[in-house]
Amino acid sequence: MPRTARDVVFVDGVRTPFGKSGKGLYAETRADDMVVRVIRELMRRNPDLPPERIDEVAIAATTQIGDQGLTIGRTAAILAGLPRSVPGYAIDRMCAGALTAVTTSGAGIAFGAYDVVIAGGVEHMGRHPMGEGVDPNPRFLSEKLVDPTALVMGNTAENLHDRYPSITKERADAYAVRSQEKVAKAYADGKIQPDLVEVVVRSLEQGYGLATKDEPPRPGTTMESLAGLKTPFRAHGNVTPGNAAGLNDGATGAILAAEEVARELGLSARMRLVDFSFAGVEPEVMGVGPVPATEKLLARQGISMDEIGLIEINEAFAVQVLAFLEHFGIADDDARVNPWGGAIALGHPLASSGVRLMMQLARQFAERPDVRYGITTMCVGMGMGGTVLWENTNYEGGK
Amino acid sequence: MSTAIDEARELFKDEVVTKAISRDIELPYGAGTAVLITLDNGHDHTRPNTFGPGGLLSLDAAIEAARGRKDIVALAVTGKPFIFAVGADLSGVPALQNRDQALAIGKLGHDVFRKLGELDVPTFALVNGAAMGGGVEVALHCTYRTISSGVPALALPETFLGLVPGWGGTYLLPNLIGAEKALKVIIENPLAQNKMLKGGQAFELGIADAMFEPADFVEESLRWVAKVVKGDVTVERPEVDKGEAWDNAVNMARFVVEGKLHGAAPAPARAVELVAEARTRTRDEAFAAEDEALADLIMSPELKAGLYAFDLVQKRAKRPAGAPDKSLARKVTKVGVVGAGLMAGQLALLFARRLDVPVVMTDLDQDRLDKGVAYVHGEVDKLLKKGRVNQDKANHLKALVTGSLTKDAFADADFVIEAVFERMEVKQQVFAEVEAVVSPEAILATNTSSLSITEMASKLEHPERVVGFHFFNPVAVLPLLEIVRGEKTDEVALATAFATAKKLKKTAVLCKDAPAFVVNRLLTLFMGEVLGAVSEGTEPETADRAVAPLGLPMSPLMLLQLVGPAVALHVSETLHEAFPERFAVSPELAEVVKAGKTAIFAPDFSIDPEVKKLLVGGDEPSAESEILDRALRALAKEIRIMLDEGVVAEAADIDLCLITGAGWPFHTGGITPYLDKVGVSEAVNGKPFHEGDPKAV
Repeated sequence: MPRTARDVVFVDGVRTPFGKSGKGLYAETRADDMVVRVIRELMRRNPDLPPERIDEVAIAATTQIGDQGLTIGRTAAILAGLPRSVPGYAIDRMCAGALTAVTTSGAGIAFGAYDVVIAGGVEHMGRHPMGEGVDPNPRFLSEKLVDPTALVMGNTAENLHDRYPSITKERADAYAVRSQEKVAKAYADGKIQPDLVEVVVRSLEQGYGLATKDEPPRPGTTMESLAGLKTPFRAHGNVTPGNAAGLNDGATGAILAAEEVARELGLSARMRLVDFSFAGVEPEVMGVGPVPATEKLLARQGISMDEIGLIEINEAFAVQVLAFLEHFGIADDDARVNPWGGAIALGHPLASSGVRLMMQLARQFAERPDVRYGITTMCVGMGMGGTVLWENTNYEGGK
Repeated sequence: MSTAIDEARELFKDEVVTKAISRDIELPYGAGTAVLITLDNGHDHTRPNTFGPGGLLSLDAAIEAARGRKDIVALAVTGKPFIFAVGADLSGVPALQNRDQALAIGKLGHDVFRKLGELDVPTFALVNGAAMGGGVEVALHCTYRTISSGVPALALPETFLGLVPGWGGTYLLPNLIGAEKALKVIIENPLAQNKMLKGGQAFELGIADAMFEPADFVEESLRWVAKVVKGDVTVERPEVDKGEAWDNAVNMARFVVEGKLHGAAPAPARAVELVAEARTRTRDEAFAAEDEALADLIMSPELKAGLYAFDLVQKRAKRPAGAPDKSLARKVTKVGVVGAGLMAGQLALLFARRLDVPVVMTDLDQDRLDKGVAYVHGEVDKLLKKGRVNQDKANHLKALVTGSLTKDAFADADFVIEAVFERMEVKQQVFAEVEAVVSPEAILATNTSSLSITEMASKLEHPERVVGFHFFNPVAVLPLLEIVRGEKTDEVALATAFATAKKLKKTAVLCKDAPAFVVNRLLTLFMGEVLGAVSEGTEPETADRAVAPLGLPMSPLMLLQLVGPAVALHVSETLHEAFPERFAVSPELAEVVKAGKTAIFAPDFSIDPEVKKLLVGGDEPSAESEILDRALRALAKEIRIMLDEGVVAEAADIDLCLITGAGWPFHTGGITPYLDKVGVSEAVNGKPFHEGDPKAV
């Protein structure tokens, strides 16, 4: 049977406010409950979408045990009250989990296997600290398949400073300060809040409360306040808690649909999935992953970085963003890059972050009908990068 | 008054305090800041939130802290996961020593709760989980209420125990939803085996203004709160009819209470009168009247009996006195039922449903066997139709229950129960046949209502495996299971019987192998006194009415009809044989049976004229009070004898049997607290059954 790929659109995205792991907002909240809240809010915000039309619920988590285990896409779908006929699954590509949930299920839409999907991710790094329960194969080290530093993300960031000697700690700190400033401004301008759904939180000591905004941002951060921070991954190193994303809890979710189905159901089509690409790099410099992933994508699409009007890049570490910018000859403070700030300020609950990048890009597209293309890109542990190319459905430049 | 509260606090010194924890929250839509109070006693849902003096004072402090604030737009109250609050902490009630203390507790509840309705900002109850009694009243005092559709139980069960919903319930609820619906919650449901409302039903009644699903109940409730605060949502409630409808509802409730209780328990009638007056009283008047009612009732013997009965079914029933260590119990993986009659069918269904193991019925007659199995399958279909089981489960249950003409099918059964004709030789024969095919360890249980277990086992190679397993009809309704230990019954058989009873969700009470065990012995005795009065010349209607002041679920002659005159006669003959000096066989009853009468009453509830002709005795009629007195004296005497004989471990077991096997009421505490209260125990036996307040455990 001949087959035509269908256009895939990003309909809507919602996320929980992000919290600080440990004693933060969500200290006594389950990860699956956070996903459930996101799914239910997506359904409430899109009342024209009949729940039985959802063909898949793809939810990413890096640590898939406990409340993030048991095939979380399926369990969350049931807990959210979606019809039993709606299937779901769990997905993992560490930090790029939600991004991969989107590309994988989106590809299924393009292929014609799905009409509408929910894709998202969750990471409760308080309940599931990084590396919980891992059991790396001894061959990694005995055969020197990876450098011993490859499994500790902070070490890979230090390694990246070695590879790009021009990226100094001062540049990284300056980038981090700007990220904090941009987030503070975006909050003040009301850019971030529309994508948030408030979540009830409970603590045995404090009773019920309501999480209404991101907990990690530190407005007022300065170069001076960052200068004195410790470099936990290397003595006299470059990577500090100030120029890296923290340990966070949060969940995200998005509705994707075939463009024709979105039209049929009267759903919004905020941006169009053009293409995506993943690439591998040496695990010990995993932060450079977005470079080959993006190169591969641009080459296939035959467009240059100049044509990309908005770049949402995950800020696991400032150095990793700067390496990307340096490679593509983009200034550290280029206005196209993370206009509303990034994970250094907002937080990075690993597998959930990809969809946060997308929901922010979609809102920026709405404000920027002059921009046609944007990307969301992330580095991934074990040496990978992933980039998704999006087209602005509001683009008016062609007219 | 404050000293009385301090005294009360002292009496509640073991109170698990439900803390009221306040937290500021930013309401959605920029509606402003609200104080959210979480009620949480620090335990999980198995230990629900309750209000003792400490809990009330904690809530008071939380409300007071919010009262002074100018920066908040609302105050909301919610519970801990799965539980809102289940009412007053009754653990200290038996310890209250005087009416002043009781009055102080009632007043303290009012003084705290009413503040929720008298703040400058609107108040909201977010009823997230189970809510009963004082928990419901906390919600009623608030300006608005939301409820979760997942709430499993909402009730004002006070009158069931012997109290009134006296922390505002009798005033606020009828003024919120009208007297008729309020009385359904305050009177009708508690008197119907303490029925509970589900979240959706409570919402339908108008108890809550909005309902949300449990998945994100608190979040969605707070959105609703924000909308109400901003004026985006206006709450409209149907106007309460304070005219004739109110009086009609009250009169109907009076009629129901009188019909069920004949004045035997004061609480329901008191609650009805409070609702009657709630139409015109001010809040102050109504709350003061509730305080007085609570103070009277807390001191009443009926409440003590009610709390005792509650503990019997909640606590004693879960740890049967005299049950061997459960680790001795054998696994039951297949059940045999000898017989295919109605009782056998009920047992087969129960075993299949609860144990989830194959159940084989046997009968010598193919036709009867087919009918027996068909009955069970038909009952499964009924469950399917009612939605109690799905098609897969129905298929499974039907497949579990099969029939066999020969007992070979029992070969691999580890629990065989007989429900055949009530004759010793028949049952001995049946057990001998079963023993020939089953393993030496298989338990042989008998559902006999009055025959000796020891004798039944006497001809077996392994008499130690025989145990009495006496159900009450209707099996699906009455919880009691009398587990009878024969002379040779061993610990393993007994442990297996108790473990099986638990899986069957029955209330097991260990009884000695004494004629008719507990319930049938006492009911037969009781009915015998009524029939004795008839024999002597009392009009049957008069005799039947004589025990009405106890407030039993049905009159003696109604019970006689339910049991069946023939069965009742048979049991009385057995007991007469055993204890001829105390158990008579009514010649009039024998006549009724001889005449082939199966019913006593005509459809209009008057005694069938033909039966009445047979129920004519001598010329020495008794007055109602005399009949009641002799019935009570007979009970007191017999129970004392049974305890001395060791039929059960304690008087509490007698009461537990009567409550769960005969439906005897909470307000009499079964019967022994009542016998103590009216002084009959002392008069007949020289001592009461309970020293001080009756204790369930």
